[in-house]
Amino acid sequence: MRLWALRGLRSRRDLTGFPRRIDLAPGMTPGRPLDGPAAAAAACPTGALQVEGSASRVALDRCVHCQRCRHGEHAMRWRADIAWSHGDGTPLPRAFHHSIHVRVLDAGDCGACLAELQQLPAPQYSLHRLGIFITPSPRDADVLLVVGPVTRAMRQPLLDTYAAMPAPKRVVAVGACAASGGVFGPSFACAGGVAEVLPVDRTVPGCPPPPLAVLEALLAVMGRSLPRDGEPAP
Amino acid sequence: MTLPELLQALECDPALGAGATAGSVLALPLPATRLPHAAHVLARAPTRLAGIVCEQQDGRFALRYPFWLGAGLPWLELVTEVGAGETVPSISPRLFAADWHEREIEDLFGLTFSNHPFLGNFVLHDEIWPEQAYPMRHDFRAQDADAAPSPYQPRAMLHAEGAFLMPLGPVYGGVNEAGQFLLDTLGEDIQHCQTRLFYKYRGIEKRAEGMAAADALLLVERMNGTNAFAHALAAVQAMERAAACEVPPRAQVLRSFWAELERLRSHAATIAGLCKSTALAVPTSLAYQRVEELLRLCGAHAGHRYLFGLLSPGGLAQDLPDAAARTLATAAQAVAARLADLAEELLFDNSFIDRLEEVGLIDAKTARRYGLVGPVGRAAGHAGDLRIDQPYAAYAQCAPRPAAAEEGDNLARLRVFLAEAAESARLLPLLAAQLPAGTARGVFTPRAAAALGWSEAPAGASACFVRLRADGRIARLRLMPPAFTNWHAFHLAAEHFAYQDFPIILASFGLAMAEQDR
Repeated sequence: MRLWALRGLRSRRDLTGFPRRIDLAPGMTPGRPLDGPAAAAAACPTGALQVEGSASRVALDRCVHCQRCRHGEHAMRWRADIAWSHGDGTPLPRAFHHSIHVRVLDAGDCGACLAELQQLPAPQYSLHRLGIFITPSPRDADVLLVVGPVTRAMRQPLLDTYAAMPAPKRVVAVGACAASGGVFGPSFACAGGVAEVLPVDRTVPGCPPPPLAVLEALLAVMGRSLPRDGEPAP
Repeated sequence: MTLPELLQALECDPALGAGATAGSVLALPLPATRLPHAAHVLARAPTRLAGIVCEQQDGRFALRYPFWLGAGLPWLELVTEVGAGETVPSISPRLFAADWHEREIEDLFGLTFSNHPFLGNFVLHDEIWPEQAYPMRHDFRAQDADAAPSPYQPRAMLHAEGAFLMPLGPVYGGVNEAGQFLLDTLGEDIQHCQTRLFYKYRGIEKRAEGMAAADALLLVERMNGTNAFAHALAAVQAMERAAACEVPPRAQVLRSFWAELERLRSHAATIAGLCKSTALAVPTSLAYQRVEELLRLCGAHAGHRYLFGLLSPGGLAQDLPDAAARTLATAAQAVAARLADLAEELLFDNSFIDRLEEVGLIDAKTARRYGLVGPVGRAAGHAGDLRIDQPYAAYAQCAPRPAAAEEGDNLARLRVFLAEAAESARLLPLLAAQLPAGTARGVFTPRAAAALGWSEAPAGASACFVRLRADGRIARLRLMPPAFTNWHAFHLAAEHFAYQDFPIILASFGLAMAEQDR
């Protein structure tokens, strides 16, 4: 019988300072492209770079982090940040301010988004300290977190899971595939994003989005105010 | 068995093999009627079936059966052709590893295999896909898939008083992949397990057709995002062989370097998953902490935590300076040492070992019959590693020491994962020290040709067949990942063990459903 609790207490701590401050340790996020020269758009395989006049505008929902616009002649500026999520949905009512239960649903993900979600309970992020819990039962869930482009076979399980959740509930689409279909796009096998099937309240782009980007989106759904990049904590 | 002897047994000219060495592919054209005999011979020789490649060529279908042989010997590829409407003699009764490959081709191409024990309802689930839709055929249109599907009911295999069928999935547990296990039980023990996958079928092979080679690589990376580099390496090597393109020596060494770093991280994640399945909270946290450290090392040095976008046809999309490679190797070794410390403690924890030992058994005979690959095969006494048998990238000058076990239980698999993680950590500084000078970016000039590429992914042997058109776009991309081979036998490990062992057995296989489904 080992004293694991003691072992845990003795182990090194490297918990992120998020959400008190934006924490960007090296390698925590792949970063994202910022708007750049129009010529860079030619290298983009998914149409995430859209030419507007002399500039390329970034449609982050379509970006798959292939890094082609990061190097070479028409390299764009990339920025290492994590506050990527967006959405029009209202946050959950005030009762959910301090704690939510999340049902994670794989709708055809390649495994990278799921792997990033698996890192959320790791000591570096420790999502439980924020009152966020992953639940196996949709009946207990307040938030449905969907990864993947929604394959044909996962369409109905996705709808069933959503229907089994009590109101109020929110849907968060995580990753480029869930946001826009990503490299899989709409096709005979994929719906091309969660919004094609369900109303989405918040979208977290990225291929895959780093754990903090997901955490940021979940806190936004809980209605908790967050420090944006470069701003002091409230 | 020597190569001329094998060729003789296959009723081919033994002189065909002259000059064929490891790393080359020897094609043996033969009529379809001779397939079962050839399979019979190859199943009894020390060969491994990598998969079956089906290609539609106008009205006809070309079938290739690539086999890899042991160290120093080439690949053998049986090549045959059938017309539309003709049946193909099944080789599954002689070579059981071909079973799922034939079922997949039947579903996606509509080819019938005579004498196959069970066809249909595999990739395209009966309840959502119509019977006459064959997505991989050239004349398939998306609306063909909209016809009415047929009804489906899971079939209980166990008929006894008190027996019931428990479906697990496709949505179950915490953060899990979508797949289904149909568990037949009388109460405590799982008597029969059916693995029902392809909930995540994204049609990658179909979508790749007509894409530029570099864009198709993005798709291959996202077949299994957690082992993206290894699978993309198999695909990019197939493209380069097809185009007869020289890869700069620096890129070759860097490719091995990144592949070993990915293996270390992937194995660490498998070990973390195994801790999680036994509900040991502290070791789970400590193991995931190690995974995060490795992900950040990748993120900081490659720009992407999962090494997406690193490979490009001809070389690598970005170089890694010598000094950075050495720093990265040292840092990864430090993480691996912390992982080994944790493993040491775990292996002395009785309550943990009790859950693993003699649970989830795969015996050597089963491993051979199913042609199991990777750590799952090696833990059941079935050796074989493409890095050693068919060296690629820099593995000829920097060969790994193989890990092996005989028991074939959860614990044996854990030991193999640990040994391989340690071995990857040992290789990293060696590779960093022998980085040749020069560029890592290559020149890729495509031409109309086809070739096979391979790599040893963290989960086992991964093979990829690529046919390029003259304009450099993909005519056919066939992915033959290790998960496809190993999921085939997973149900056998789960049967006759208690329900509460199931998640542990599942975690000890370390397989991705995304990789199977493609």
